[in-house]
Amino acid sequence: MAELAQSTPPLNNPPVMEQSDDKVISPWKDAWRSFKKNKLAMVGLGIVVFFILIAIFAPLLAPYSFSDQKLADKHLAPSGEHWFGTDEFGRDIFSRVLYGARISLWVGFVSVAGSVIVGSALGIVAGYYGKIVDGIISRIFDILLAFPSILLAIAVVSVLGPSLRNALIAIAIINVPIFGRLVRSRVLSVKEEEYITAAKAIGMKDSRILIHHVLPNSMAPIIVQGTLAIATAIIEAAALGFLGLGAQPPTPEWGKMLADSRDFIIQAPWTVIFPGLAIMLTVLGFNLMGDGLRDALDPRMKS
Amino acid sequence: MTDDGEISVVNSIDFQVNSGEVLGIVGESGCGKSVTSLSVMGLVPSPAGKVEGDILFNGENLVSASEKRMRQIRGNEIAMIFQEPMTSLNPVFTIGSQLIEALQIHKKWPKKKAQAHAVDMLKMVGLPRAEELMKDFPHQLSGGMRQRVMIAMAMICAPKLLIADEPTTALDVTIQAQILELMKKLNEETDTAIMMITHDLGVVAEMCQRVVVMYAGKVVEEADVKTIFTSPKHPYTVGLIQSVPDMRDKKERLYSIPGNVPKPGSVKTGCQFAPRCAHAFDRCISETPALESLGGNQRVRCWLYEDEKGVDIVDRTIS
Repeated sequence: MAELAQSTPPLNNPPVMEQSDDKVISPWKDAWRSFKKNKLAMVGLGIVVFFILIAIFAPLLAPYSFSDQKLADKHLAPSGEHWFGTDEFGRDIFSRVLYGARISLWVGFVSVAGSVIVGSALGIVAGYYGKIVDGIISRIFDILLAFPSILLAIAVVSVLGPSLRNALIAIAIINVPIFGRLVRSRVLSVKEEEYITAAKAIGMKDSRILIHHVLPNSMAPIIVQGTLAIATAIIEAAALGFLGLGAQPPTPEWGKMLADSRDFIIQAPWTVIFPGLAIMLTVLGFNLMGDGLRDALDPRMKS
Repeated sequence: MTDDGEISVVNSIDFQVNSGEVLGIVGESGCGKSVTSLSVMGLVPSPAGKVEGDILFNGENLVSASEKRMRQIRGNEIAMIFQEPMTSLNPVFTIGSQLIEALQIHKKWPKKKAQAHAVDMLKMVGLPRAEELMKDFPHQLSGGMRQRVMIAMAMICAPKLLIADEPTTALDVTIQAQILELMKKLNEETDTAIMMITHDLGVVAEMCQRVVVMYAGKVVEEADVKTIFTSPKHPYTVGLIQSVPDMRDKKERLYSIPGNVPKPGSVKTGCQFAPRCAHAFDRCISETPALESLGGNQRVRCWLYEDEKGVDIVDRTIS
């Protein structure tokens, strides 16, 4: 013991600061530290948290109902009474934008969660078992990726019928191959690691190795890709809504709001500006946060 | 023994490890030492990894054992230490959670009991502040400490056989000595036999009771450690021993065996070592020698000793 202490002084006498504030630095805490230092990423996190709070408290914050029509008040310019103005049915745009956050975030999170679960499962199976299984699964991914994503989403929605739920399913499907490929490539590299052989050498089952060793080692890229995918999912939901294939009236979906107002873009620009800004801000938030996470979780950036 | 596609990487491996002993397996890089050890564990890399023949462990044939039975044996009765302590631990889990995995799998111990035992193991392998180490992540440990953790992990179920695949190659010399000392101590205190795979004859002299010399996937010589160093028989063994630099002797050039280990399957007939051997004659190229006993426990695979009248080639090469 004494001789070990002599031979490895840097570890037995770590810098005092680290010892005192936090003895065990888990990889996640470490990542959070470098994430905090990234200003843009923190701005992104701020935007995301802001919209999540809006989504949760929309009924408390909104001065009006999102569906109450008052035709006499149509196309009112922004004022103290209607902060963002009103649309062609006299509905309060501010309230609709607040409620819209619920829909966009819901679509973003749920569709990405769906693609992560399905994609990871397929990716793990393909990567770990290889051969024919890998061939079949990877070719399916290739086929799905061969279509422009929005086109594929349109195709899926036209088969299932236009509704918010089906748009969500379509968006989940088009993101599956992205996560599938990501996890498959992680599995391929992780399974060659010596600690996987070591895990086998202590008698661990394949299934346990996959869940306990391979999957946790793939979490970082999944989280990064997931955050960025939420941004794309929100845009895709808005695009489907714009095309009339997503949310149906009177659901205050941002893309749908844009579509409904595009005829009045000259007379009542506020009908387009505010939902558009909302889309832009949420997507920007998720993208900034995703980039920050990528920097924080990338092992090559570790000092 | 092992087929990689159509090529035998390793064949005609025949040796035994007695309980409680330390057996050294030596040879150059690429001569099949690691493949042999993985075969014992049933972990020959797929695809196309195939083991033929018998591997008997306590009278049980591991080659024909089911995967389920192998999983029970791995870690519990035969354990393994790997060459690279830096990559043999999973970076995302704490030392403690990795240490107790084997106990949870094989002994089905509750977490508390397993953790207490893991702390004892960490102390046994000479790691300071064992309780805190349990909560540390691998990247917080030095190479020597990690290799100690790996040894603790391998020994935690008190296996009957420990396969150490070049356990000190990646460590610096002072740590090497400590790790070897530790393994020697564990071998003496428990009845665990150790199969020590190494290319370092110094490690062999230090640790082992018996030595198996491998060349190009074959056992070329086997003897107890004293015999190997005092009267090596196979020209390859002689060459290996001569290649160890002698500090007292300031030579102009270090000795090395000319040439490289042939690619698996490239030498079809005859002795695998013949192309590099200074004593090779016609028969060495045309016929493959067998592993013959020379009396005592020394066995050698070389035509020079066919009728035990073989000249003492040590004298001839050195003069």
